[in-house]
Amino acid sequence: MDLSAINPVLFVAGFLVAATPLIFAALGELVVEKSGVLNLGVEGMMIMGAICGFATAVETGSPMLGFAAAAAGGALLSLLFAFLTQITLANQVASGLALTLFGLGFSALLGQSYVGIKPPRLAEVNFGPLHDIPVLGPVLFSHDIMLYLGIAMVIAVWVMLKFTRAGLILRAVGESHDAAHALGYKVVRIRTLAIMFGGACAGLGGAYISLIRVPQWTEGMTAGVGWIALALVVFASWKPWRLLLGAYLFGGITQLQLNLQGAGVAIPVEYLAMSPYIITILVLVVLSADKSSAPASLGRTFHASS
Amino acid sequence: MTAPLLALSGLTKAYPGVVANDDVSLTIAPGEVHALLGENGAGKSTLVKMIYGLVKPDSGTMQMHGAAFHPSEPRAARAAGVGMVFQHFSLFDALSVAENIALGMENAPKLRALSKQIRDVSEAYGLPLSPDRIVGDLSAGERQRVEIIRCLLQDPKLLIMDEPTSVLTPQEVEILFKTLRKLSAEGTAILYISHKLEEIRSLCDSATILRLGKVVGHCTPSETSARDMAEMMVGSILKTPLRAGKTPGAVLLDIQGLNAKSPSAFGMPLRDISVQVRAGEVLGIGGVAGNGQDELLAALSGEQPSGAGMIRFKDHDISQLGPIARRALGILAAPEERLGHAAAPDMTLTENAMLTGAVRENLERGGMLDWPAARRFAERIIKEFDVRTPGPGNAARALSGGNLQKFVIGREVLQRPEVLVVNQPTWGVDASAAAAIRQALLDLAENGAAVIVISQDLDELMEISDRFSALNEGRLSEPRPAQGLTVDEIGLMMGGAHGMEVAHV
Repeated sequence: MDLSAINPVLFVAGFLVAATPLIFAALGELVVEKSGVLNLGVEGMMIMGAICGFATAVETGSPMLGFAAAAAGGALLSLLFAFLTQITLANQVASGLALTLFGLGFSALLGQSYVGIKPPRLAEVNFGPLHDIPVLGPVLFSHDIMLYLGIAMVIAVWVMLKFTRAGLILRAVGESHDAAHALGYKVVRIRTLAIMFGGACAGLGGAYISLIRVPQWTEGMTAGVGWIALALVVFASWKPWRLLLGAYLFGGITQLQLNLQGAGVAIPVEYLAMSPYIITILVLVVLSADKSSAPASLGRTFHASS
Repeated sequence: MTAPLLALSGLTKAYPGVVANDDVSLTIAPGEVHALLGENGAGKSTLVKMIYGLVKPDSGTMQMHGAAFHPSEPRAARAAGVGMVFQHFSLFDALSVAENIALGMENAPKLRALSKQIRDVSEAYGLPLSPDRIVGDLSAGERQRVEIIRCLLQDPKLLIMDEPTSVLTPQEVEILFKTLRKLSAEGTAILYISHKLEEIRSLCDSATILRLGKVVGHCTPSETSARDMAEMMVGSILKTPLRAGKTPGAVLLDIQGLNAKSPSAFGMPLRDISVQVRAGEVLGIGGVAGNGQDELLAALSGEQPSGAGMIRFKDHDISQLGPIARRALGILAAPEERLGHAAAPDMTLTENAMLTGAVRENLERGGMLDWPAARRFAERIIKEFDVRTPGPGNAARALSGGNLQKFVIGREVLQRPEVLVVNQPTWGVDASAAAAIRQALLDLAENGAAVIVISQDLDELMEISDRFSALNEGRLSEPRPAQGLTVDEIGLMMGGAHGMEVAHV
């Protein structure tokens, strides 16, 4: 085994990339859950985003159009969930699971003719001289625009939830939909918008996998990232900064185990492959000692009956 | 007479199967304190919801300052100067006082400026409140102050208050009334919904009485006796529960140093509760909601086992027994929450009768359920407690709150308990049904059972208790004979005015 084969600069740059799909998906779900809705369909919306983004990027040759299509695809699928849970008042858990299964199947159908194709590459952002700084340059200033967008969105969501009126209303709806309704806020509309935001974010996360991280299309290629995103939201106690931390932890260990595999460490591959999941969950369980921060109306069906 | 602030004429609102408001008209002058009286289901809530824009009337008109007034949503009503203090459901536990208030305002200022406004208004009206506290930690009285201040910050012309005093200690009621009188003197009209008639007599200038959605009368409360008003509300003559003088028997339930954690995050732990209850006695336990009532019921019913030796029944230590074992011994309980706790909402009355009656009514033999017997038991409850329902096959959810309450209490009373613990036995029940339930509890005690009544209705407790004690922050005061207790003494047992110390710092 040869640990010196692991290049620390490439390692850090790599884990930033590995964490980005998770950041997008979990951030979207965080907003959805803050509004009091539990959408278990993250995985399905991600894979739909992955194929919509991949197909559009291949057809048009523009990765940015691909990401736009991914967001639209994810949001469109989430609209189905919003219809089921907000209009027909279906059970949220069952609807979310159905959304995942539907997304996995439908994306496989859409993607049949795209297997084995290479998508157009999204260029790195040109930071000019910053890129040439040793170590920092390749680690921080050699990525595509979507990676920076992911971090910017964490900040934006944090500011929105903590400092703006819109964020206060969103939290209020998630805290007690009856009280919010009594004050005259449109619970169903606010939740539908939150669900669509979550869908769009999940779509972006999925497209980041198929267009940048892997980059190719295979069936079921999101491989459980959506589920990790769901767990991440809970263990991050619905706080954006902890979510970012958890995503980097997960991305870091994923990257590390890949590098260790490459370096030929004498541990069975299966143990290495499961390590990111185990370690992320352990750390976040310890962090999430205060459970009281869960939105009080999470997963409850709202009906304005009176 | 001055021009009316608000004039309603011919308001009608029908829901499938029921006319909630039928041709209701009333006028309120600026600065007038107007009471809206009626039993549950009389249509008071629907009427104020129409004024507040939560419900649209089917027909009829509303005028504000002589101009047509059709609020399509609460926002429009608030803009027109209508503020409403809700009975429940309008605060967010996990948010701070300032955030809660910001949510109810149209153009909320920045939180820091708002906090200052909150402090100013709370001082001006004698309603002590700290803007940074989390609402989940506040007492019921303090929560209500949050709602009142939320309304006051918008400078309302009309303040609607829906049953504001049902959760307050007598001292807190005094503070509230001072505030309301001050507002009224400044020209704010108040529409006051309550079923506490003595309060209305001391506070209100005029009253409108609703029965089954129709206006059945107007009166001047200060010149009308409470009994007359009650009879106008009910439409029949009221019976006062009777009790014979009696001497209590042996100690049935002996609670020593009961401590218990609360299962919920915003709940109240029980702290060192000691009390003895004798056969033939009614022990009334008062106190503001959220001071350990639910936890005490859970500890007595067996839902929440307690430490060894804390609860004894006759000569058995029952502290660790679960609800079924306690039921077998004769210790029965009826919790406050009707739907979901005392009864399973989507199950039929027969099934609900089976759920608690199986042990004592022999509805179960060798694991097999005796449905015909359960049905007969349910029918007996319906008959003896005058539960208005088409039959025992109806789902519990389909019953009105008062009828379900009669069923839930009746189900326990008919199982011949030796100890019965009830929480809020007449909550949301109309006056005549409440009298019937109280009579049943008194009869039960008469026949040698020990009855513990946990309630927030002090009049009810004074009416039926032999001894009275109060829960305050999970502690139970020393029980005292109910006869001769004054309102002030009761108020002090309940902990006085919550949060007043904040004001003096």
